Amino acid sequence: MAYKIIEKLQLAPNVHLMNIEAPDVAAAAKPGQFIILRIDEEGERIPLTIADYDVDKGFVTIIFQEMGKTTKQLGKMSSGDELQDFVGPLGKASEIEKIGTVVLVGGGIGIAPVYPQARAYREIGNKVISIIGARNEEMLILEDEMNSVSDELLVATDDGSKGHHGFVTDLVKQLLDGDEKIDRIVAIGPPIMMRTVAGVTDPYDVETIVSLNPIMVDGTGMCGGCRVNIGGETKFACVDGPEFNAKDVDFNLLMSRLSLYRKEEMDALEGSKKGCGDECKCQ
Amino acid sequence: MSITQEMPEQPAEVRIHNFEEVALGYTEEQAILEAERCLECKKPKCVEGCPVNIDIPGFISSMKEGKFGEAIDVIKRTNTLPAVCGRVCPQEEQCEQLCILGKKSEPISIGRLERFCADREREAGVKDPVVAEPTGKKVAIVGTGPAGLTAASDLAKAGHSVTMFEALHEAGGVLIYGIPEFRLPKAIVKEEVEYIIKLGAELKVDYVIGRIKTLDQLEDEFDAVFLGTGAGLPKFMGIEGENLNGVYSANEFLTRVNLMKAYRFPEYDTPIKRGSNVIVVGGGNVAMDAARSALRLGADEVSIVYRRSDDELPARREEIEHAKEEGIVFRLLANPVRILEGENMTVNGVECIKMELGEPDDSGRRRPVAVEGSEHVVDADIVIMAIGTSPNPIIFDGSKGLEVTPWGTIVVNEAGMTSLEGVCAGGDAVTGAATVISAMGAGKQAAQTINDYLSK
Repeated sequence: MAYKIIEKLQLAPNVHLMNIEAPDVAAAAKPGQFIILRIDEEGERIPLTIADYDVDKGFVTIIFQEMGKTTKQLGKMSSGDELQDFVGPLGKASEIEKIGTVVLVGGGIGIAPVYPQARAYREIGNKVISIIGARNEEMLILEDEMNSVSDELLVATDDGSKGHHGFVTDLVKQLLDGDEKIDRIVAIGPPIMMRTVAGVTDPYDVETIVSLNPIMVDGTGMCGGCRVNIGGETKFACVDGPEFNAKDVDFNLLMSRLSLYRKEEMDALEGSKKGCGDECKCQ
Repeated sequence: MSITQEMPEQPAEVRIHNFEEVALGYTEEQAILEAERCLECKKPKCVEGCPVNIDIPGFISSMKEGKFGEAIDVIKRTNTLPAVCGRVCPQEEQCEQLCILGKKSEPISIGRLERFCADREREAGVKDPVVAEPTGKKVAIVGTGPAGLTAASDLAKAGHSVTMFEALHEAGGVLIYGIPEFRLPKAIVKEEVEYIIKLGAELKVDYVIGRIKTLDQLEDEFDAVFLGTGAGLPKFMGIEGENLNGVYSANEFLTRVNLMKAYRFPEYDTPIKRGSNVIVVGGGNVAMDAARSALRLGADEVSIVYRRSDDELPARREEIEHAKEEGIVFRLLANPVRILEGENMTVNGVECIKMELGEPDDSGRRRPVAVEGSEHVVDADIVIMAIGTSPNPIIFDGSKGLEVTPWGTIVVNEAGMTSLEGVCAGGDAVTGAATVISAMGAGKQAAQTINDYLSK
């Protein structure tokens, strides 16, 4: 089985969008879920959140940033190329219900998984306020798309090149201190951003949901590698999550476990630089 | 009375540096000598001990005359995974335990002979099977471990249109992700899966039932369903430090090594931590596999920590002996109570407590009791938990009608039928973690039940 890349777009430096032909996955996908892909026989299985899906055209959209060996290799692939494996949808779908006003917070490529949630919350009649942020304007993705599914869109950049000069968490705090009643916050982005959002919302009585991205292998509860500590209990992010209540998450443990293979990842990148000829697609 | 032919093996000091198969297989001469020991009993006890009822005296009789092609045909009438079974079945507790020769001397090495026939055929090129006349009935097989593969092959042989669904990217279940290359080469599993596909079964990998499709949807699409989803969910002890970096479940450790070939990193992209001091908690075959894999990854010392004594180790004796020959340290009558934390949330040792055996418990085994004040620290940078697994609950998502026990195993009747009509189940998903051959036996039983159900 092979899964064809039917479209590839560059959204920002080293950030790509791909539509992957996978009709069965598209038909079953829901916001909040993820897929696991493997590029080729020697490849590792990596999880990526589903950014969008089109049931009629039979594709699933993924958005990724080139970080380690696999995402760099993926970044070199083009439409028409095929992935060896594309498994999904995995994880529990987000619980999207009509509750009033929902704030969707997306940081960096975390905006990608926030997008289908924003759309789904709005479609059933919630008021959607979205806050998206990136290092700078160039790195900000899906602004128009987020605008089209939000009642209100706020932007933050670390360097102030667009919108608020600062972090998305500043805007979250401003909203919480304002007059509007907020019924739920969903925040997805780098773990450090989610940890900061959790810290900001903690004193307020507002349900805050985050989506965790620990290291995984099978994604179906078999390996137990994606262990996270939720309110003192060990959970598997792949079957119990990936979404959890922010106040229960042990972010320090998550961040530490994410760094587990940093040395091996560096070695792999180093090795592929040395070992590959001009034909190599991994660099 | 003649004694059994010894199995040639890679010497321990050589094999600890490679992932190649430990047991090398009989030579043709050895195979015939061993076969000649068989008494061909009129009422063969060995067959009763085989969960898939292979005609053991039948195939051995052909071997005596050097008719190995005939022998494999006899085996394959009831068992489509002979190369796998010949390697990983606990023959000593099944067919060989009942062998009449064993009363006075040593039982005949049935497993090794089965392996010889399968390997011999594979080297010559496996014959394509005759495909049965289609019945027009469709059967879904969920999970392609030993139970699913066996059910699939029997149902395909009966002429049903069989579709196998596998969540991982390769078929074989525990045979692929769990059992290491040095005990069961993956190429052999692949060939046996290929054979089942040649029988007419279709294989869909990367396909998670419970997520991509619910069981209810499968029931609508297929005339019958077999659930062989296994017991994949790893158990942990619930002790302090269990989520530290360097603590693996045996499933994760073995999946990285076997399925993802982490032992060939960076040629393969999946990494694994190669520890200096590795502790494996547990005493079953999975613990032995994990310990011996860790050793081959280059650890200085690998120890098994098990709370009972040598006599109670649940692993096959052959695997325990192999592990000992390779230098695995056995820390028996010991139990971890805490994993110590080092820099950056890594493992920096395991605090264990000594155990002694008290009165027998419900399982009939003497209950291990902690010896107060006997805590001691064992050096470790990697800890692998091999204390068992429970059934994976994903299959139940979106399907309410399936009856399960409080332990999450699927309830079936004697024939292997679940609470849902036309849905059978077998293997670890029903029994909890058990052996390859018992899962195959359950797959066979379920196939028979589905056959009867479909011909109504």
